[in-house]
Amino acid sequence: MSKAAVVEKKKISIVCFSGEFDKMLAAYTIATGAAATNREVTMFFTFWGLNALKKERGRKSMGKDFLSRMFNWLMGGRNNLPLSRLNFGGASPKLMGGMMRKNNVAQLDELMEAASELGIRYFACEMSMHILGISKDDLIDDVQSVVGVATFLNESEDAHIIFI
Amino acid sequence: MKHFLDITRETCPMTFVKVKLRLAKMEAGEQLEVLLNEGEPLENVPRSCEEQGYKVLSIEPTDNDQHMLLIQK
Repeated sequence: MSKAAVVEKKKISIVCFSGEFDKMLAAYTIATGAAATNREVTMFFTFWGLNALKKERGRKSMGKDFLSRMFNWLMGGRNNLPLSRLNFGGASPKLMGGMMRKNNVAQLDELMEAASELGIRYFACEMSMHILGISKDDLIDDVQSVVGVATFLNESEDAHIIFI
Repeated sequence: MKHFLDITRETCPMTFVKVKLRLAKMEAGEQLEVLLNEGEPLENVPRSCEEQGYKVLSIEPTDNDQHMLLIQK
């Protein structure tokens, strides 16, 4: 490695709240781009964002009571992420996926795989998991830990925080 | 040892993400040749390499509006 000034890594924290297909792509584009340019990246998944992290990619009713089971079934997993506008009942994400493939743009799966390889840290929000009746075992292995907002804020000290 | 990577079919951010991941697997002192397109890749890839302390040895244009980048880890 050539001699370079030792610079402290810039930090960026991305809160994935909306769980929408297009916004998730934007979040991962920023995350992988940042990680590939020497920044330390943390992603904090909360509420609808958790849907992208479920091991179960389709619709499955999870949770202990009727309402949480209904919510989980309605939300689905990574295969059911809606577009933030013009969703057309779920047709648009599939159409958009096709447009992306045609233009050689990385799909969400590829971006998530790159994120793992780049060592991006994943945190899941304890509060929303509690409400939605999701446990850590329901989420992909990349999730380091289930934390609360105080931990998130500590981990994001000196970081730019982005809310998506 | 010299490695080679073709990112002409990739789009942002996978252009410099793939370069970074390949460089991470290499030993210090090894070289990577990257074939890339003009525009975003040419703008972002050399810069992201230098930001991580890797040395861009040369950028040569090729025949069809592409460029060959030589990076040393």
